[in-house]
Amino acid sequence: MSHSSTIEEKQYLVRFNADTKSHLHVLDHDICLTKCPDKICTIFCPAAVYKWEGTRMHVGYEGCHECGSCRIGCPYENIRWEYPRGGHGIVFRLG
Amino acid sequence: MPEKFDCIVVGAGPAGTACAYELAKAGVNVLLLERGEYPGSKNVMGGVLYRKMMEDIIPEFYKEAPLERPIVEQRFMLMDKESAVTFSYKGLEWGREPYNNFTVLRAKFDQWFAEKAVEQGALLVCETVALECIVENGRVVGVRTDRPDGEVYADVVVLADGVNSLLAKQLGFHREWRPDEVALATMEILKLDKKVIEERFNLEPGQGCTIELLGDATKGILGTGFLYTNKDTLSIGVGTLLSGLIKHKIKPYELLEYVKNHPMIRPYLQGSEPVEYLAHLIPEGGYHSMPKVVGDGVLVVGDAAQLVNAIHREGSNMAMTSGRLAAETIIMAKTYNDFSESMLDHYRLKLMESFIVQDLKKYKDATHHFDAFPQYFERYIPLLNRAASHMFTVDGASKWEKQRKIWRDLGSMKEKLKLARDVFKAWEVMK
Repeated sequence: MSHSSTIEEKQYLVRFNADTKSHLHVLDHDICLTKCPDKICTIFCPAAVYKWEGTRMHVGYEGCHECGSCRIGCPYENIRWEYPRGGHGIVFRLG
Repeated sequence: MPEKFDCIVVGAGPAGTACAYELAKAGVNVLLLERGEYPGSKNVMGGVLYRKMMEDIIPEFYKEAPLERPIVEQRFMLMDKESAVTFSYKGLEWGREPYNNFTVLRAKFDQWFAEKAVEQGALLVCETVALECIVENGRVVGVRTDRPDGEVYADVVVLADGVNSLLAKQLGFHREWRPDEVALATMEILKLDKKVIEERFNLEPGQGCTIELLGDATKGILGTGFLYTNKDTLSIGVGTLLSGLIKHKIKPYELLEYVKNHPMIRPYLQGSEPVEYLAHLIPEGGYHSMPKVVGDGVLVVGDAAQLVNAIHREGSNMAMTSGRLAAETIIMAKTYNDFSESMLDHYRLKLMESFIVQDLKKYKDATHHFDAFPQYFERYIPLLNRAASHMFTVDGASKWEKQRKIWRDLGSMKEKLKLARDVFKAWEVMK
């Protein structure tokens, strides 16, 4: 543990049973483009689910920890947040 | 599944399971819904489970529950960049019956606890999301799930669906949480040999230690880090208000790496291997953020009701006790066959009288105060570290000279007065 680990390495430690469709929806990509210079969800999301692709927000829902931060933290309430279908999504094995 | 139960409990965490256990034990026909593959698969906790509130439900549970270590020492480190002032209490009375608290891994513990509820007669159904409460004539009469033909009915529904209680929000019991009402915690479980843990934390075999980290652990943002000992793993984590992460534009996993690599912490982790990474929200709004907890045919327990004492990192105990109090109320309501809000309001009254709301009231302004006045974490903790360094460094200066130097370090008279006022205000919000 002498080197620090990246979010990709952290996410590799987690078991996911991803659904085929997303439980996270950016309602209007234009709001991210025109009103949200910080794209703050790309910073505070603990699983780096949100990635800005120049004109739209990519949502890597498969790696979501279902913490709810994006729903609460989006300054424009621009994220529709649901629980993944029963039995899907993140599966914690330990903590 | 049969379509009508006496009670439906949504969520098999400590609050929901405690409630279902008590209800089933009293012969109430209870359905316990869990959205995860198994209870605990969606749940995260730094890891401290309190003995008393668990024993109120299952006496001597520690003889069979999957626990990690009984805690015999609780340390608090007030950290600067390369120093720390540490307080600790170690007491061997905590290492034997009746114990004070234990570290647990939730995926293991929650499964065990839910199985105990099933043994009492609760019906546990996993992999099922409760999408919404079914409301008829202003009364909650059941839940709609994501299973085919997934409507289930009950006299009363208990919402134990956690910090993201979409169901309580749907009922209008609370608005959406603000980013300063929730803390985002990230954590890693690190594998480390049992003997190494015991040597490193100065523990007898089987004993455990918790360390709370304040100050530079969160780069001065309001929040805490923690380092807990499990059997053959460590839990290291960091939690800050979501509003703090937004304001300072900090990535939570980078903050976690910062704590792990802090020179005061790194030696504890040497040679360990990360085995799991977890993130979760903690409801930290406290007393002012408590939602409506009772309605016609419905009760709210645990994290869903914001029942967390952030100052003392207590939550699982409040969850269990709230679940138990909800069950007692439902059992009483059942004898009168009255599940109206006014009958179920007994739960709210019991909650108010209990340590839960008493403690939430005690600290009702604490989080907000330390959030609004960042100097405690940003300025005073480093100041304390410098004072300790001056005082304990033997360099030929007299102790009087050292005291004068520390006094000068407190700043101008205006700054000293501000410090005195801040100390008083901190006392005011904590007393």
